[in-house]
Amino acid sequence: MGTFVQLVVDGLSAGSVYAAIALAIVLVHSATGLINFAQGGMAVLSVYIAWWLTTRGVPLIVALLVSIVFSIVFGALVERFLMRRFERGDPDTAVVVTIGLLTLITGVAGWLWTYNNQQFPSLFSLDTVSFLGVSVSQRSLGTTAVIVVVMVALQALFIGTKLGLALRAVANNPESAAFSGLPVGRLLMVGWGLAAALGAVAGALVAPQLTLTPGMLDNALVYALAAVILGGLTSPVGVVVAAWLIGVLENLAAVYVPFIGYDLKVAVPFILIFVVLLVRPQGLFGRKTVVRV
Amino acid sequence: MTLLELEGLTASYGPVQVLEGVSLSVPDNGAVGILGANGAGKTTTLRAISGTVRAGGRIVFDGKDIRGLRPDQVAALGIAHVPEGRGTLGDLSVRDNLRVGAYLRRDRKGIAADIDFCLELFPNLQDRITSNASALSGGEQQMLAVARAIMSKPRLLLLDEASLGLAPSTAKNVYDAIRHLRLTLGIAMVVVEQNANLAFTLVDSATVLETGRSVLTGTSAELKGMDEIRRAYLGG
Repeated sequence: MGTFVQLVVDGLSAGSVYAAIALAIVLVHSATGLINFAQGGMAVLSVYIAWWLTTRGVPLIVALLVSIVFSIVFGALVERFLMRRFERGDPDTAVVVTIGLLTLITGVAGWLWTYNNQQFPSLFSLDTVSFLGVSVSQRSLGTTAVIVVVMVALQALFIGTKLGLALRAVANNPESAAFSGLPVGRLLMVGWGLAAALGAVAGALVAPQLTLTPGMLDNALVYALAAVILGGLTSPVGVVVAAWLIGVLENLAAVYVPFIGYDLKVAVPFILIFVVLLVRPQGLFGRKTVVRV
Repeated sequence: MTLLELEGLTASYGPVQVLEGVSLSVPDNGAVGILGANGAGKTTTLRAISGTVRAGGRIVFDGKDIRGLRPDQVAALGIAHVPEGRGTLGDLSVRDNLRVGAYLRRDRKGIAADIDFCLELFPNLQDRITSNASALSGGEQQMLAVARAIMSKPRLLLLDEASLGLAPSTAKNVYDAIRHLRLTLGIAMVVVEQNANLAFTLVDSATVLETGRSVLTGTSAELKGMDEIRRAYLGG
């Protein structure tokens, strides 16, 4: 029993890492209609900037704030000067551009800061807290708490605010949104800026655990995409729950299903996707889209 | 007073010149139709006004040349474009579509009242208020597109093929509602419509486009009396 609960708690904390990236993906998708494969890469770049500042003696919290501001500006610039050229065309082209951007950013980060692992300082202490025979690190608790706050804030942004409504409208049909007076270009820049900031937060939360490398989030990106598909592209709550589910099931399967073990546990989220999508093509929490033609 | 004046409007898609000199004048509270065959430049004329197509010539709205403004800037001046194909926001609910229509307004109470007004005008939408727009029937989508435009309290409505793809009775309902809007709210309109019979129930005058040029302009009564107009657009 103790092992089981410990596995669940560890799974939740791993899931929170995936959830952080997944939320950023959902934000860009809700605000632009695209899946941004460079989301993780952009986040890593921000983390490097924070890390570089801390090595120059800047306090961690200040370094993080600077990296978040950098991300907002960088995200907005990527939209304005790169993505905007592709927004009128085929969405598939734009998605491929984001894959190219990921490669580019990874390469630039490796060139500037090498591919060696760098130790990134943690916002939260590594001390563990014990309750009910389970020990969990304060870092895991802190990460999870931040994710929950971000998730609630995003849900509130998209459902409850005029900005959220405008972002959704622009993502859905930019030309038609402009007919109602929505400044499409500016809203897309806001969407990308917000998502990049969220990515920076996510990256900083997970960097101490993963250690900082240019490809730090490549693995997490795969899990995050799994969570996004599983949870439904339109639901911040859905993707977080899906990410936790993936983290927990992955951990449990490794221990309790001998056939899977630690070697095959990477396959668990994909088996899960396969099964869920057979039953609910819109994901666990996604809104079903019915289109009349 | 003239609300909208087009003078020598030109536009091209790449090397293909689509408009070669369209002129049109819409008085305050007036409704003007644009007639013409496929490819004559009707839709492009509307898109030039709303800033979605780059144009030459003059587009004067309320005394100001608005040529070269972005679509959102044009909308902010009080011009609402209901595009061909309706342009509803399919992934958003009916209510959210209406709220997007009111994006530039700050009067919460007025917005709520106008949503009620739209739902009274189009009772079908009332029943579908939480549905995604993409789940509506063609007629309902057209009603939603018009309602969304009205939510911005426009002074000029650009209406593009509002009857396209609708059953005749549905098309008539949509036009009845638009005529009602015209009479009660005094919104000026530029109406592009294949179905000239339907258009003449709404507009006071019309201009006929041929290969991107205004070739004939007259009141509805004058145009309906002309043999060639009857043959070409009114089915004998």
